[in-house]
Amino acid sequence: KTRPMEYRVAQLEALGRFLDDKKQEILEATELDMGKPSFEAFFSEILLCKNELNVTLNNLCQWMKDEHVDKNLVMQLDSAFIRKDPYGVVLIIAPWNYPIHLFLVPLIGAIAAGNCAIIKPSEISKNTERLIAETLSCYLDSDCFAVVTGGVPETTRLLENKFDYIFFTGSPPVGRIIMTAAAKHLTPVTLELGGKNPCYVSDTCDVTNVARRVAWGRFFNAGQTCIAPDYLLCTIEMQEKLMPALREAITEFFGPNPRESPDFGRIVSDKQFQRLRALLGSGRVAIGGQTDEAERYIAPTVLADVLPSDPAMQEEVFGPILPIVVIANMDEAIDFINARPRPLAVYAFSCDSKIVNQVLERTSSGGFCGNDTLMHASLTSLPFGGIGNSGLGKYHGKFTFDTFSHHRGCLHRNMGLEALNAPRYPPYTQQKLGLLTSAFEVKRRGTCTLL
Amino acid sequence: MERMQQVVGRARAAFRSGRSRPLEFRMQQLKALERMVQEKEKEILAALKADLNKVCGPNAYSHEILGVLGELALTMEKLPSWAAPQAVKKNLLTMRDEAYIGYEPLGVVLVIGAWNYPFVLVMQPLIGAIAAGNAVVVKPSEVSENTARLVAELLPQYLDKELYPVVTGGVPETTELLTQRFDHILYTGNTAVGKIVMAAAAKHLTPVTLELGGKSPCYIDKDCDLAVACRRITWGKYMNCGQTCIAPDYILCDPSIQSKVVENIKATLKEFYGEDVKSSPDYERIVNQRHFKRVKSLLEGQKIAYGGETDEASCFIAPTILTDVSPESKVMEEEIFGPVLPIVTVRSVDEAIEFINGREKPLALYVFSNNKQLIKRVISETSSGGVTGNDVIMHFFLSTLPFGGVGHSGMGAYHGKHSFETFSHRRACLIKDLKMESTNKMRYPPGSQKKVDWAKFFLLKRFNKARIGLFVLALLGVVAAVMIKVSFGSLLQCMSDLPDLFFATAALL
Repeated sequence: KTRPMEYRVAQLEALGRFLDDKKQEILEATELDMGKPSFEAFFSEILLCKNELNVTLNNLCQWMKDEHVDKNLVMQLDSAFIRKDPYGVVLIIAPWNYPIHLFLVPLIGAIAAGNCAIIKPSEISKNTERLIAETLSCYLDSDCFAVVTGGVPETTRLLENKFDYIFFTGSPPVGRIIMTAAAKHLTPVTLELGGKNPCYVSDTCDVTNVARRVAWGRFFNAGQTCIAPDYLLCTIEMQEKLMPALREAITEFFGPNPRESPDFGRIVSDKQFQRLRALLGSGRVAIGGQTDEAERYIAPTVLADVLPSDPAMQEEVFGPILPIVVIANMDEAIDFINARPRPLAVYAFSCDSKIVNQVLERTSSGGFCGNDTLMHASLTSLPFGGIGNSGLGKYHGKFTFDTFSHHRGCLHRNMGLEALNAPRYPPYTQQKLGLLTSAFEVKRRGTCTLL
Repeated sequence: MERMQQVVGRARAAFRSGRSRPLEFRMQQLKALERMVQEKEKEILAALKADLNKVCGPNAYSHEILGVLGELALTMEKLPSWAAPQAVKKNLLTMRDEAYIGYEPLGVVLVIGAWNYPFVLVMQPLIGAIAAGNAVVVKPSEVSENTARLVAELLPQYLDKELYPVVTGGVPETTELLTQRFDHILYTGNTAVGKIVMAAAAKHLTPVTLELGGKSPCYIDKDCDLAVACRRITWGKYMNCGQTCIAPDYILCDPSIQSKVVENIKATLKEFYGEDVKSSPDYERIVNQRHFKRVKSLLEGQKIAYGGETDEASCFIAPTILTDVSPESKVMEEEIFGPVLPIVTVRSVDEAIEFINGREKPLALYVFSNNKQLIKRVISETSSGGVTGNDVIMHFFLSTLPFGGVGHSGMGAYHGKHSFETFSHRRACLIKDLKMESTNKMRYPPGSQKKVDWAKFFLLKRFNKARIGLFVLALLGVVAAVMIKVSFGSLLQCMSDLPDLFFATAALL
């Protein structure tokens, strides 16, 4: 049922209608869940999703086609192609920080590839979870797509079932649990996890612009973004220069009292709030630091002179707190980054492109953005995913379609011309071997294999 | 047991030194591998014969060495183009930026080989992993002990000792090895152990490629040249004494042609191996007693149409055909991996498709028919790792096709460029300018309806935009950008950024 292109297009278009019809409800639900400012919600939950939908709808026909491949001499008269088969029933587990985006974008690829899907939104973003559970079934075919709600016990039971693919976005410890459960059924997985994304700022840079871009990336969604710049690495002189620039950027964005700004979010839960508040003891609070437990508000905060042993450097921050760790030079920064688990993103700021390239070449991460934050994730032609502890697999754009399809190697041979096959059959002789060698072997460039 | 930690630790330190990354180094190692295969051909063939009675000569050479040499030549030729960064399509906002995908090594890769094609199943992944710039720990199968020993001796003679160590041993050693952290594991073997490997990998969040197995069905349509079909099937089934992961495991055909199929296969067997199979130099043996007993037990209670002779002392099992096999019998439960060919009768292609779909997804699927539409239908209505129509095994030999399983037959794929991609990390890279700040302003708080409209304009991909639309879009883009500057920035800044904007528009067009 899910195979014909028309069906897939119909379901995808229905998703588009879901985004249009329920736009207001989505903005409201995410505001209730974590005080998501409506501009941010529109940008990340609606606009970016529509982009992915349109890229997929525009290209689906092309992506679904059999990919014909180059053939060797022996197979010139045969048909050789890669067929994109759906896997079957896929499970998409989404987190709470971008609750619509992080289930919808994988779902787009899953539908496009012809699968059925079970969606498991996060129970922590309660309002969005309810919205999805109540309304998605009005848009999608309920035979093929279902929403399952619940917490840890329900998810554990869900994972006992056999799925043909599991797509998980969340933290590394839970990622391990998911992959272990998947191993029991030999289910392939994509894990979009996290880590501490370092942000190196060199001494030669436009301080105002750097401060704005870093502040934007850090405080978007009150810091609850997997690719947010987690901590800054710079020299002590740069730290001094950046501080007023950061202060100015924060005031420009959120006004003198960010608590009153409609454009600054809140922390999603009490548990996360307590965890973040405990990190404020690291280094010294240079900007912000105010909190309000009732509102789960933490002011846009910058911590200066943070030590590698401080609490803020032991876990992914995932909040509106930016620790600055002072280093002596770029080499030290690179060593610092390489001594730690590989992150989802590495950021480097410099007016000197050679420095940006050095950081790029000498580190390893899921993705990289030079002279900006977050933006590499908005380009659908770039693969989005982690490496090592920050995840495995990738998606966005065509990569989502490829993630959810099995690439099946197909060779459709001719029944005739049996004589050509003779050299491969026993009884084996040296002469036959000679023929086989010349027909099969890939010669290095410079020699001609045409018989 | 600390040995494993040391070996892997040394490989990781060697990787960290960075020396496996430059293309010249990788080419040099690949060339050394090529020399090894060419110079030590005799030793390799001798080991293969000792392990599986693969004849010293044309047989083993064509199955194992030829494949390796081909893969090496292909990889060395294409490596520069495979490893080059791949520029990607940009949107309006990133027009002036550099956006590309960089291919980077993963780190330390573990390759676990199998015993049935012990040389090629260790070498082919190794080639891809080296090409991608990784350090590689090689663990050949202990069941094919002569080849394992040879690989352990030869690799250090030709390759960098620290980057590409060989670890030998059985289950306890492999279990210990799997507790170490790797950046990718490629395992070839059976489903049960595949689950163990993946569970061990999950502890370190290590991506895996599992090349497993299953029962590869072979459907023979009534409308087909039976003589040709059966010759090809016979070749694929009985090579390496049936111990091939993509061998046609069982046949599905209409009852009316079953006896003709048997006749044709019998005739072909005589053609291949002569009157006395046991004395043919081209027929292999079962690898060991355990597998011999396992395959022999599958014959119990079956109608043996041909063959069935066994000799425990030499692990010989004659090429055997079983007819009218019941789908519930033992021989139809697990992958046979031996020279026993059951025929299950089905009354139509619909029944065949239903039969195939009622079971776990196999590594390979085979269909024989003169009717192209029928073949296409079987491919479309089933799922499998790979397919060959009107032949068997051959899709393995085309390196442009990804070779791998799906479901219980495995995950991931390799061969040719697919190996390179399996062992590389595709890193998304976006390099922006520190200037041109005004275009960023629309994304910064405070939010406003005006900014929302600008965001929609710049980022939202239009559904089915036409070329002309693009031109208008670009023109509007320039106008819009200028207007942003006038409303948000100073006139001076506007003047300095204007040339950049025209550049952007020109690039778009």
